[in-house]
Amino acid sequence: MDREKRKHETPMAKQDVLERIHNFYEVALGYTEEQAMREAQRCLQCPNPHCVEGCPVEIDIPAFIKEIKEGNFLAASVKLKEKNSLPAICGRVCPQENQCQVLCVLGKMGDPVAIGRLERFAADYERMKGVTVPPKQESSVTGRVAVVGSGPAGLTAAADLVKLGYEVVMFEALHAAGGVLMYGIPEFRMPKKVVQAEVDYIRKLGVEVKTNYMIGRIYTIDELFESGFDAVFVGSGAGLPRFMRVPGENLGGVYSANEFLIRVNLMKAYLFPEYDTPIRLGKKVAVIGGGNVAMDSARSALRLGAEEVLIVYRRSKEELPARHEEVENAEAEGIKFMFLTNPVRFLGDESGWVKGIECIKMRLGEPDDSGRRRPLPIEGSEFIMDVDTVVIAIGQTPNPIIQRTTKGLETTRWGTIVAKDETGQTTKKGVYAGGDVVSGAATVISAMGAGKRAARSIHEYIMSKKGA
Amino acid sequence: MYEIVTKRELAANIYLIEVAAEDVAKKAKPGQFVILRLNEKGERVPLTIAGLDLENGTVAVAFHAVGRSTKKLAKMKEGDSIHDLVGPLGNPTEIAKFGRILCVAGGVWCAPLRFIVQALRDKGNEIVIVAAGRTKDTLVFEKELKELSDEFYVATDDGSKGHKGLDFLKDLLKTQKFDHAMAMGQVVLLQTVTEITRAHNLKTMVTLASIMVDGMGMCGACRVTVAGETKFACMDGPEFDGHQVDFEELIRRQRVYLPEERMASMLYEKLGGMKRG
Repeated sequence: MDREKRKHETPMAKQDVLERIHNFYEVALGYTEEQAMREAQRCLQCPNPHCVEGCPVEIDIPAFIKEIKEGNFLAASVKLKEKNSLPAICGRVCPQENQCQVLCVLGKMGDPVAIGRLERFAADYERMKGVTVPPKQESSVTGRVAVVGSGPAGLTAAADLVKLGYEVVMFEALHAAGGVLMYGIPEFRMPKKVVQAEVDYIRKLGVEVKTNYMIGRIYTIDELFESGFDAVFVGSGAGLPRFMRVPGENLGGVYSANEFLIRVNLMKAYLFPEYDTPIRLGKKVAVIGGGNVAMDSARSALRLGAEEVLIVYRRSKEELPARHEEVENAEAEGIKFMFLTNPVRFLGDESGWVKGIECIKMRLGEPDDSGRRRPLPIEGSEFIMDVDTVVIAIGQTPNPIIQRTTKGLETTRWGTIVAKDETGQTTKKGVYAGGDVVSGAATVISAMGAGKRAARSIHEYIMSKKGA
Repeated sequence: MYEIVTKRELAANIYLIEVAAEDVAKKAKPGQFVILRLNEKGERVPLTIAGLDLENGTVAVAFHAVGRSTKKLAKMKEGDSIHDLVGPLGNPTEIAKFGRILCVAGGVWCAPLRFIVQALRDKGNEIVIVAAGRTKDTLVFEKELKELSDEFYVATDDGSKGHKGLDFLKDLLKTQKFDHAMAMGQVVLLQTVTEITRAHNLKTMVTLASIMVDGMGMCGACRVTVAGETKFACMDGPEFDGHQVDFEELIRRQRVYLPEERMASMLYEKLGGMKRG
């Protein structure tokens, strides 16, 4: 491949904007075989690949890309799954631009290799052809591990532990396994059948998945130990919505992003009345917040038929925490952005439904703890915006039930569980934690990395316990 | 899948079912609730636990078949299975020795009340029960509640049986001293009872049946203002001090999905109901 050709990544087709804003089908369509092979040829197969250093789950990136280049698509998927049990998910929602791809040598003179798209391609190819489950390896280890939560952290920990030979039971509070991948990330970005295929794979590896078990209510962590588990991994996520604590927040038509997205994604309210769960939406929707959850909410509102959707964010475009690609998608779909604007209160009509937001203009001051410039209100700049639906997407914190019911499990003032980054070890013996419940709301892949590290230390813990 | 082991019609359109869910039965306590999802397209329906059978591993719930999901549930038979059942959810009722307790429940809520009262009675409390209903046809478990109580009253909105309305409680509170009160039922009933007990400074725990989706602290649909603070009925409740609850807000929030519920129920009657029937 000549230098000039190598500079540019192979584009991936997307569903046309005018069509996709009326449906919930996936926006990004994925590579064809030819496109994938073309993109794979761009990889320089560096002897000391930097990309791998950027991958929280340590995928042998050049090796799987080489398989694609040679047309061995199934082998590529097998290679991926050596380290990553959820490649179809990671290929879709990992922020590769800040991880593996940012370290790609090609990025210095042009586009980095589109590693995420290739990962997605290999995983999707395998799913279409029929997934092969590796035969259970002979193992001398014995022990039972409970995994609490079936999101990215739990799925990863469970897969790694079952591969090591442990008996693994994964408890999920909701009726479907997958955590945020099921209830949070919308169908058009993360098709639910893709998630279920990955969950099925974990199940086929030998993990017992128990849905409808809310740990903390039905069993405490201590009761799990009493019932014979040797170790517990807590990956219960950040499922508690944050509210703004301003007047009018409990009006009808003011949703937490969690409620809005659970209704739409998990309960499929966009198919009401075929599905039982409704969602009530007005014509003009304001989404408060600037992260991926805000983008997901705004784009869902548009697809549900809202005439106008606004994102109201208190800082400027530069500080938007959402992935660049998601912001671009939202803009392309016609979502409007109101930067440097913050709600002060919500106004209701006589029936108790929201009819407007009183907002105040903001300016940026000195950087705060997060390194981003602190937004400050501009006095006297209040104004009223007419809207009839509001979605509050200003973040989530961990559900407190496990922390409240587990003695000896230290938490922070943000409600997250204290755990060592390298091992996931908490302050309670035999209890490990990782993902959003430790870090606060973050990415799918960082949760998976934490699940992987915790699985490794749980293995060490049980081995030393049994050996002693 | 969770099998319906027994089904009884307690009154017209009011049913009590026992569902096989052994792990839940072992752990649940009076005052907690479960969430049912009838099938893959179903909504999540919260129902307060009305009894447990440890021997058979079943959880009892009662429901009034008024919405689409409860009408569908009413059509299901013994031996049929419910797709999902999760629980126990919410906090249990405080079961302590209070002394003399006033318990008011409306219609179908008499079923979970019975379960709670059994536990309160075992603690040595004196129990005064008011079974309320719109008409005499919506009263359930009259005989059982009467047996469990030291004093028993019936009240109906239309006066078709017992006292007409709950106004008689005003006199009752003047002539008797209570140490604790609880109310379960429609918001209007909760509001009426708490207004009457407020004058006597009688602490009244009310069970809130707010709109819920997940029932485990995620969505916040069930948020309610209690003593000026936002609480989640599913995680902080479902019981709250009735004198601190903003009932007006609660009523407005409960009305949000009425149009959709009516539409779904009507569609079900016209199409689904007939097909299955």
